[in-house]
Amino acid sequence: MDVLLSEYAPILIFLALAIGLGLVLILAAVVIAVRNPDPEKVSAYECGFNAFDDARMKFDVRFYLVSILFIIFDLEVAFLFPWAVAFPEGSMVAFWSMMIFLGVLTVGFAYEWKKGALEWE
Amino acid sequence: MGIADFTFYVFALVVIAAGFFTVVSRNPVHSVLWLILAFLTSAGLFVLMGAEFVAMLLIIVYVGAVAVLFLFVVMMLDVDFAELKAEMARYVPLAGLIGLVLLMQLGLAYGTWVTGEGVELLDAPQGTPEGAAHNTAALGALIYDRYWLLFQMAGLILLVAMVGAILLTLRHRTDIKRQDVLAQLYRDPKKAMELKDVKSGQGL
Repeated sequence: MDVLLSEYAPILIFLALAIGLGLVLILAAVVIAVRNPDPEKVSAYECGFNAFDDARMKFDVRFYLVSILFIIFDLEVAFLFPWAVAFPEGSMVAFWSMMIFLGVLTVGFAYEWKKGALEWE
Repeated sequence: MGIADFTFYVFALVVIAAGFFTVVSRNPVHSVLWLILAFLTSAGLFVLMGAEFVAMLLIIVYVGAVAVLFLFVVMMLDVDFAELKAEMARYVPLAGLIGLVLLMQLGLAYGTWVTGEGVELLDAPQGTPEGAAHNTAALGALIYDRYWLLFQMAGLILLVAMVGAILLTLRHRTDIKRQDVLAQLYRDPKKAMELKDVKSGQGL
């Protein structure tokens, strides 16, 4: 337990440094910087003309499809990690169950390719 | 108090604060960002418990993918903040009631919690013992061999999610020209164009 935690000590130090540095930079900007806002300075600026539209607009559902497909293959890769680590001692059952798993997902991949879900029109 | 204890309390406090702000934030995008902070700090808590693989998975899958998905969902909703506030005020009594019921259930469960004779409760998680198989390797030895059925079912669930997402959201537009790679490759120059030798000053 202690060995494990001491292995993570550098990451903890980096984390503390990153948080500390971020806080210092933000607080320095709050404390030191000169602030003199007026309506023209704080208004939205878009290449010289007033903003046409609100930034909170709906966008296409196809972005959502791309990210769902990404998550599915992300999970597939997450399943591959322990399999690869345990591979030298792994049994044939382990090997073939992973092959079937990959086969099933390849069927899905072929389906989405055939359907044209990966194409952007 | 050692560094491990101190880190635990910092992470635990940040998780609770981030969860609280996820719920009370007015802006849904801010809620998602607080949720990401909660995921990251719970990954830290998992590392403190010695569950490294789960911690890294939390960062890869939840922070990397699920949080992006949530952001997409939030942006796809047509968020009207004034309307949202009015709705919130309307549902506060019902939400409070549900929260109270949940709290009472938790209290009941805690009240009837008994520990068996001679069972020692650990005050801290023990992590992987020295010399034992590494976290990820131990998982790898179990999932694909002993629990292969559950593993295959996970694969089928992923397949169903893939097919379902495509069926629900894919709409092909028919009024546009698409690139057909095979048609391009098999195009025959002889059929597609014709060369004509035009004499000068005469035209076609």
